[in-house]
Amino acid sequence: MTDTHDTNAPPSESRRRFLIGSVVTGAAPLMVRGGEAEAADQPAAQAVREPVTVQLDVNGRTHRLDLDVRVTLLDALREEIGLTGAKKGCDHGQCGACTVLVDGRRELSCLTLAVAAQGRDIVTIEGLEGAGDELHPMKQAFIDHDAFQCGYCTPGQILSAVGCVREGHAGSADEIREYMSGNICRCAAYPNIVAAISDASRRMGG
Amino acid sequence: MQPFQYIRPASLAEMVMAEREARSRDAAARTAYIAGGTTLVDLMKLNVEQPDRVVDLNAIAPAFSAITLDGSTLRLGAFAKMAAVADHPAVIGGFPVIAESLSLAASAQLRNMASLGGNVLQRTRCAYYGDPAWTACNKRAPGSGCAARDGVNRQHAVLGVSDHCIASYPGDFAQALMALDATVILVGAEGTRSVPFASLHREPGDTPDAETTLRPGEVITEFVVDGGPWARRSRYLKIRDRQSYEFAVASVAVALDLVGDTVRDVRIALGGVATVPWRAYDAETMLRGRSLDEAAAADAAELAFASAVSHTHNAFKIPLGRSAIVRALLETAAMEVRRD
Repeated sequence: MTDTHDTNAPPSESRRRFLIGSVVTGAAPLMVRGGEAEAADQPAAQAVREPVTVQLDVNGRTHRLDLDVRVTLLDALREEIGLTGAKKGCDHGQCGACTVLVDGRRELSCLTLAVAAQGRDIVTIEGLEGAGDELHPMKQAFIDHDAFQCGYCTPGQILSAVGCVREGHAGSADEIREYMSGNICRCAAYPNIVAAISDASRRMGG
Repeated sequence: MQPFQYIRPASLAEMVMAEREARSRDAAARTAYIAGGTTLVDLMKLNVEQPDRVVDLNAIAPAFSAITLDGSTLRLGAFAKMAAVADHPAVIGGFPVIAESLSLAASAQLRNMASLGGNVLQRTRCAYYGDPAWTACNKRAPGSGCAARDGVNRQHAVLGVSDHCIASYPGDFAQALMALDATVILVGAEGTRSVPFASLHREPGDTPDAETTLRPGEVITEFVVDGGPWARRSRYLKIRDRQSYEFAVASVAVALDLVGDTVRDVRIALGGVATVPWRAYDAETMLRGRSLDEAAAADAAELAFASAVSHTHNAFKIPLGRSAIVRALLETAAMEVRRD
């Protein structure tokens, strides 16, 4: 379960990855023992427990990871690559906190198996950039309109909002509310979120 | 989530071959097909679904994702995404009930992920089915009983129920396909076949675990919908507990062919209230040839729920469903539709 190709992790992430690596290493013998115990009467069981090599294209970089086949794209981003911008809220596709852009469209990384996301262009909040040194207009609009309180849902809100504008569904406040209904904000910053998206939509030419 | 073997066939032929081979090796092995994954991954996390093999169909998907108008016939690739179909001009203009049923379903993210085929095969949101801590669920564990019958059953079905299961069918798009008499194209080990969409889902009866008439290993590749005046004058009314991103408490798909005020043809499909995508055939028969006013619509609505059976918390669905039918019929009759 190591990332063999990520050469640009910020220093603060190294310790995090070290800790994750240690935990996984500690757990590994248990998994192997489980596999051997079952191997006697269930020859197929061990095969499905072997890690698979998964190649993910995230924010313009390619990552090769050895993953359990059950790992979701969300967990691969957060726990393996160290991109913690995508948040785990409900982990069942109901809250939108894990929203990322996949091939330019907003999708839920918690309901996507990492192994099935290979070959697709994934953009997280960390990779959403503006022109030159500027923030992306949607990020700037969320700041300008104070469109968050605790901020936990914000990365998902912003990426979903970018998708909403690109899809052509940010034409009015009502349309924004309908097409952003997959992103829940427990602080209820909705009025300012709608104002920010409406503003950014104009700046993005949407 | 239980471990599984992951396979990604490059073609339908490879999929069929791999499935046949796996079946010959272990006839009891459970295979799950995955496209968008929005239902399957959720249910796997809940340990409701525990497939031995997950077959990823996304390498095959591009060949079955087209949305085409062939004369007046609409052909929808089963791997087309819900969002792509909901936003397609030919669908919005000629088959509004399809566009509405899709755009009122789920959330924008889910509509970007979910395929049409997976959408019609989505599983019930019965809370007892979705939580293995409840041991009694005939759908999840055949013969174990039904926790919903004496449990909290406000969301459950009143039409097509049995002593063994009252779980409601949760989808929206399926009702549009029912109302437009769609055909579904299936591919499996025995080749290609086409069946009426209305024959795809099975009422629970005494085998609620057998939800469809799909043969083992079969996959949906296409939906075929004939156009015409009833398709243009069609709409989807969805009643729910909150305004957006919620399953239907009751929903009505109507396709109507009117000559003046007289009903030449009508199809009515109901969602949120039934165990399967439901056609109100008796109500339709009663309306044909009649002039469509509120009284006629109310008579049809009465007939549509004549066989309804309610439980502790869901009796409200019967008057709600009737009102929804009346409103949907009158709103559909009032649509401005181009005739040609």
